[in-house]
Amino acid sequence: MSQTPLPAQPGAPTGLAARAAEHISEHPTLALTGILAVLVLVTGFIEPNYLSVSGARNTLLQAAPLGILAGAQTILMLTGGIDLSVTMVATGSAYVAANQSPEGALIAIFLGIVVGLAVGSANGVGVAIFRVNPLIMTLAMSGILLGLFTAWAQTILQGSTQMGPFIKLIGGGSFLGNRIPYSVVVWVLIAGGLIWLLRRTGWGRLLYAIGDNEVAVRLAGVRVWQVRITAYIVAGVLGSISGILLGGRTGAVDLQLANAFLLPSVAAAVIGGTSIFGGVGGYTGTILGALILSVLNSMLTFLNVGQAIQQVVYGTIVLALAWGYAGLTRRA
Amino acid sequence: MSESQPLLATVKVAKSYGPVAALREVDFSVRRGEVHALLGANGAGKSTLVKILAGVHPADAGDLHVDGRPMRIHAPVDAIAVGIATVFQDPALIPDLTVRQNLRLSEIEESAFTHWLSWFDLEDLDTDSLVRELPLETLRMVDLARALARDPQVLLLDEITAALTADQAERVFSLLGQWREQGRAAVLITHRLAEVRRICDRATILRDGRNVALFEPNSDTAAANGSATGTMQDVDEHELVEAMLGAEVSDSAAIEAPGSHPQRQQESPSSVQEVSFAAQGLSSGEVVRDISFELRRGEILGLVALEGQGQERLFSLLSGDRRPSSGDILVGGSQRRWTAPYDAVGDGVVLIPGDRLLTLLPNLPVRQNLVVPLFSRIRQWLRIPTDERQRVMNAIDRLSIDTRAASQVRRLSGGNQQKVAIGRWLVAGFRTLLCFDPTRGIDVQTKREIYALLRELAASGAAILLYTSELAEIQLVCDRVLIMHDGRIVDEQDAAHATESSLLTAAHGLEVLA
Repeated sequence: MSQTPLPAQPGAPTGLAARAAEHISEHPTLALTGILAVLVLVTGFIEPNYLSVSGARNTLLQAAPLGILAGAQTILMLTGGIDLSVTMVATGSAYVAANQSPEGALIAIFLGIVVGLAVGSANGVGVAIFRVNPLIMTLAMSGILLGLFTAWAQTILQGSTQMGPFIKLIGGGSFLGNRIPYSVVVWVLIAGGLIWLLRRTGWGRLLYAIGDNEVAVRLAGVRVWQVRITAYIVAGVLGSISGILLGGRTGAVDLQLANAFLLPSVAAAVIGGTSIFGGVGGYTGTILGALILSVLNSMLTFLNVGQAIQQVVYGTIVLALAWGYAGLTRRA
Repeated sequence: MSESQPLLATVKVAKSYGPVAALREVDFSVRRGEVHALLGANGAGKSTLVKILAGVHPADAGDLHVDGRPMRIHAPVDAIAVGIATVFQDPALIPDLTVRQNLRLSEIEESAFTHWLSWFDLEDLDTDSLVRELPLETLRMVDLARALARDPQVLLLDEITAALTADQAERVFSLLGQWREQGRAAVLITHRLAEVRRICDRATILRDGRNVALFEPNSDTAAANGSATGTMQDVDEHELVEAMLGAEVSDSAAIEAPGSHPQRQQESPSSVQEVSFAAQGLSSGEVVRDISFELRRGEILGLVALEGQGQERLFSLLSGDRRPSSGDILVGGSQRRWTAPYDAVGDGVVLIPGDRLLTLLPNLPVRQNLVVPLFSRIRQWLRIPTDERQRVMNAIDRLSIDTRAASQVRRLSGGNQQKVAIGRWLVAGFRTLLCFDPTRGIDVQTKREIYALLRELAASGAAILLYTSELAEIQLVCDRVLIMHDGRIVDEQDAAHATESSLLTAAHGLEVLA
C-alpha cells in the first residue's frame, strides 16, 4: 500500500529538533521527568528556600488533590470521554463531609464519597445509555450541582463548614517529623490502584479499546455501556476523595473550593501524554503532569503572579501540548 | 446528425487504484436512442467506468469521445457540461442540508426539478425536509430528478432500481422508453437481468476490467420501432451470465488451499453431526425475508449473493448486532433472544465482519487487539487470565501474523489485519463462526492460509458460515452453499458441484439448468 507522500513542511524541524521530537515521542516519561527537574531547578533559582524539605512537602500537598482529579480525567479521556463536573463533585463532597463532620470522620468521608458515586452514576448513565456527549453531559451536571449546593447550603446542608480534625490531618497534616503529608500517602495508594487497573486488569484493557474503536469492542461481545458507566463512577469517587483532601487542607469549605482545578486536571493528563481523543495514555504520565503543574504553580507564586495569569498559563500549556502531540502523532 | 456516430464512446480507457487495475483498455460506446446495459460480476469495473464517465476519477489512459469529438473530463463539472448526468449507487446528496439547499448547491433550476418530481409522483415531497430524514428510495428518486433537471443527453444509472419499489421502477422504465424516443441515451448498471431483457437495447459485458462481449440483437430496428421495450428481450439470460463469467474457470487452481480437499473428503461420511446453529424464518423488514438454514458442527456453509441482496443485514441479525423483525435463531436447539453481540458471543456465536474497521483497534498493539473478547463479562474485568500471553502467542503463531509492525495494528498489511480480526476469536474461543467476506482485498498467500485455517477449525468441531464474494472459494472451502437473492435463500447447492456458472446463475435469481 502506498501512502500519500508527505509534502515537505515549510520550516519542518530537521536534525536536532527532529531527533528530539522522535525521542520525546518514544520516551515521554523520560522527557517529562527532565522537564520536571528543570522546573524544580529554575524555581529553586528564583527562591532558594524552595529546594528544601518544606518546599517539596508544599509542592506534594498541592499535587496530591490535583493528581487524583487528573486520574479521573485520565480514565475518562482514555475512553474518549471527559468529566467537567469533577471539580464540582470535589467541592460538593467536601461540603457534605464538612457538614457531617460533627457526626464523626468516618460517616463524613463516607457521605462525601456517596456524592461522587451518585454524580458519577448519573454522568455514566447519561453518556453511556442516553448517548449524551460527555462534554455536554458533565458541563450540564456541573451547572446543576452548583445550583443544588448553593440552594442546599441555605437549607439541608446548613451548619458546619469546618472539617473535623481527622480530615484536616489527612488533608493537610504530615508525619515523620512533618516531612511526609498524609494526603501524599493517599495519593500513592490511589496511584498504585489506578496503574494496576489500567495495566493489569481487563477493565483497563477495555478502557483503551473503547477509546480506540468502540464498535470493535461492541462486536467483540462487550457491553460498552457497562464499561463507560463504571469509568464515570470511578471518576466520581476520585473527585470526592480529592475534594475531601482539599477541604481537609484548607480546613473550611466553601462552594468555590475546587473551582480552579478544572483546567489543571485536564492539563495534567494532557501533559502526561493522554490523548483527549481516547485510546492513548496512562496514569504514570499524569502523575508527572500533576507534579509539573504544581511546581509551575509554586514558581508563579514566587514570581508574584496572580491567579488570573496562572489560568492563562495553564490554558496556554494545554493548547500548546494538544498542538504538539497532534504533530507528533501525525509524524509517527 | 449521423446515426452511426456514437453519442458517447471510450477508447482503451484504463484505470488503476494503486497496484490494482480496475479497468484495462475498455472500449465502450453508447448510441443515440438506446438504453445500454453495462453488466459484469462484482469487481468487474462497472462502477469505475461510470465514475470516469462522470468525471469523479480521471482515467489513467485512453480517450473519451462525445458526439465524435475527443473530450477531456477531469471533474464532474466537465461531464455535466457535455451533457452527462449520473445517479450513483449511493445518493450524492448532503445529509444535513434540505433538499432545496442541495439543489442550490448543484445549481439546479427548482422548476425543472419539481417537474421531474411530479413525473415520479413525488410532488408532495417537502423540499425543505432534511435529506437524512428521507428514506433511501425517495433519495434515489430525488437524485434522479436532479440529474434529469440538468436536461442531459446521456443518463448513467448505477443500480438505480436496487432500492426502488416496483411501481417506482416502472416509472423509471417508462422514462427510459421516452428517452429512447427522444434520441437521447441511457446507461443502466444492474444485477437484474430481467430488467435488461425488458428495457435495454444492447448490453456490454465487463470482466476483470475489460469489455469482453457486446450483445447487439437486431440493432437495425432498434431506433425504428420506438417502442417502450428494448430489443434485448430475445437474449437468453444464461448467455449473459456465461459472458460475465468467461470461459476459463478463474484462477482457482492458483489459490487452492494446501490439503483442504482430502480433509473434506474424510469428513463427509460423518456429516450426521449435530446442528449447532440454526435460523428459522428470519426476516428484517424488506431486506431479509424468511431465511431458514441449519449449520452443523464441523461444517462450512457457504453463502453467495450479488451485492446488496441483504447479506450484510443477515449477518448483523445472526451476530446479535440487530434484532430480526420476525423469526428465530437457535443455538444448540434452543431458541435465543439476543439484544446485542454480547448475548451472541455468550452463546459462542462470533462474527468476523467484512469491514476490518469494525473489528480492529487501529492505534493499539496486536496483543491488545487479540485479548478484547477475554473481558466481555464483568466477572472477567478485575483479572487477567494467567495464560493471556500464552494464548496470544499461540494465536500469533497459528495465524503466522507478521508482528514486525505490531505496535499499531493500522500499520499492518491488509492480510495481517484480517488475521488479527480472526485471531481474537482464536484467543477467546467460539463454537459458531460467522465470516463475512474474509478474503476480500487480500493477497493470494494469505487467502490460502485463511482457507486452511477455516478447514482446520471446522475439523475441530466449529460450525462456520462463510459469505464470500469470490465464487471460486465455494468449491475450495465449503461443504454446502446457500444462494441469496433479493433477501431470500433461493437455492442450495452441494459445494463440490457448485460451479461459478451455477452459482452466478442462481444468484441472479434464475433457475439453474441441469
